[in-house]
Amino acid sequence: MPSRALHRDIRLLDAPFHPGALIGPFTEANPGLGGVCTFVGEVRSDPGVEALELTHYEPLTLSGMHDLADRAFQRFTLMGLLMVHRIGLMRPGEPIVCVSAAALHRRDAIDAVDFCMDHLKSAAWFWKREKRAGQWYWIEPREADHRDLARWQS
Amino acid sequence: MVFLGRLADLAGAPALELAAPLDWAGLKAELAPALAAALDDPRNRVALNGALLADKASLQAVAGDEIALLPPVSGG
Repeated sequence: MPSRALHRDIRLLDAPFHPGALIGPFTEANPGLGGVCTFVGEVRSDPGVEALELTHYEPLTLSGMHDLADRAFQRFTLMGLLMVHRIGLMRPGEPIVCVSAAALHRRDAIDAVDFCMDHLKSAAWFWKREKRAGQWYWIEPREADHRDLARWQS
Repeated sequence: MVFLGRLADLAGAPALELAAPLDWAGLKAELAPALAAALDDPRNRVALNGALLADKASLQAVAGDEIALLPPVSGG
């Protein structure tokens, strides 16, 4: 393990962001790394979907993301972890999430991002609805998301 | 009291004010039948001042407390 403090940047944002602008400073904050893995999720341009809205519950959502980061640091040998998630109203094509992990070795970085994304997609404190033809519809978790989460419960 | 996700639609508002103190039976008595039923639904969690209750029926809220009713998350 590196002797210096682990770098972590966990944020909720209520306005559009540019993932590319986060990655440079994150990489520079982890000198000596062997690999960085970054995942960016965007609001998919599904037919008929005009907008997506994510609501959160302030006392639980960000602290839950910090708990997830704690578990990622315990499970993988990481130097740094960036986890940025949008809340509020989004349009198709806008970034919704960016997770980046820095590590000495690629497998830890790749797996940590996979682990964080699977948990953010089905176990984080977000409620999602989408607007189609001017009407809002609440989105239920997908079975595939639960299967993805179950991969880590061994 | 605050309502998240689709439960805000059910409540007709994201939040409402209730007179304290309230225990579980008192809270249910204050809410419309559909919301009282949502309280009992085991899939819906309850938080008091931002902390999840392991046993929601043990709720004891006093003046100034925030009760949150949280439906299953849909994820990010």
